[in-house]
Amino acid sequence: MSAATVPAVAVRVLLFASYAESLGAEALDLSLPSPARVADVIAHLRGLPGGHQLPPKPLCARNLTHASPDDLVAQGDEVAVLPPLAGG
Amino acid sequence: MAFLTGDAIELSALLARVQSPSRGGVAIFLGQVRDHQDGRAVTRLEYSAYGPMAEAECARIVAEAERRWNVAVALAHRTGSLAIGDLAVAVLAASAHRADAFTACRFVIEEVKRRVPIWKREQYADGTIAWVDSTATLQHA
Repeated sequence: MSAATVPAVAVRVLLFASYAESLGAEALDLSLPSPARVADVIAHLRGLPGGHQLPPKPLCARNLTHASPDDLVAQGDEVAVLPPLAGG
Repeated sequence: MAFLTGDAIELSALLARVQSPSRGGVAIFLGQVRDHQDGRAVTRLEYSAYGPMAEAECARIVAEAERRWNVAVALAHRTGSLAIGDLAVAVLAASAHRADAFTACRFVIEEVKRRVPIWKREQYADGTIAWVDSTATLQHA
């Protein structure tokens, strides 16, 4: 299979607080080889400039619900990478 | 129902939402901005949130509490810039008797801290600013 025909999954990544500062962006559009999991999104982000400041397994959400690294992501999903929570 | 607010939390309005003739006990937890953190003097702080998820998560927490106990729950959390002493979060749980009210109130505040995507950036008396992180602290001059 040539690279051009590898199925891809496009996701919108949201970054917040210290993570947004580390990567210099609050939102990114990524295209990953399918199938892709939340962990693949994180691995990609950690390879970007400033991405080494993300922990290997940060708290994540998929479509407004907490997600685990093993969760599959689907085309059009919104994946949020959440720094340590500090509400309350 | 919006749980996040950029305006001052109105306690009396929240109380009116949970009070009823059948509910004889109301437990209230109020979180206020503290003037110190880890031995450093705090002058202000700013809450930011992943708004849509924070609203959804607050709704799930309140629904869980109202399903598990015989309570009516009101919850509000501030966003934006707050001064020392400002109300940051309010949880009210009203029930026929105090036991369910206390238990549900404690449950809600603990789950808010554990699950709701809200972040806090503190400004210190020495002029530095840092995101509050229980595991590490990123500092910005």
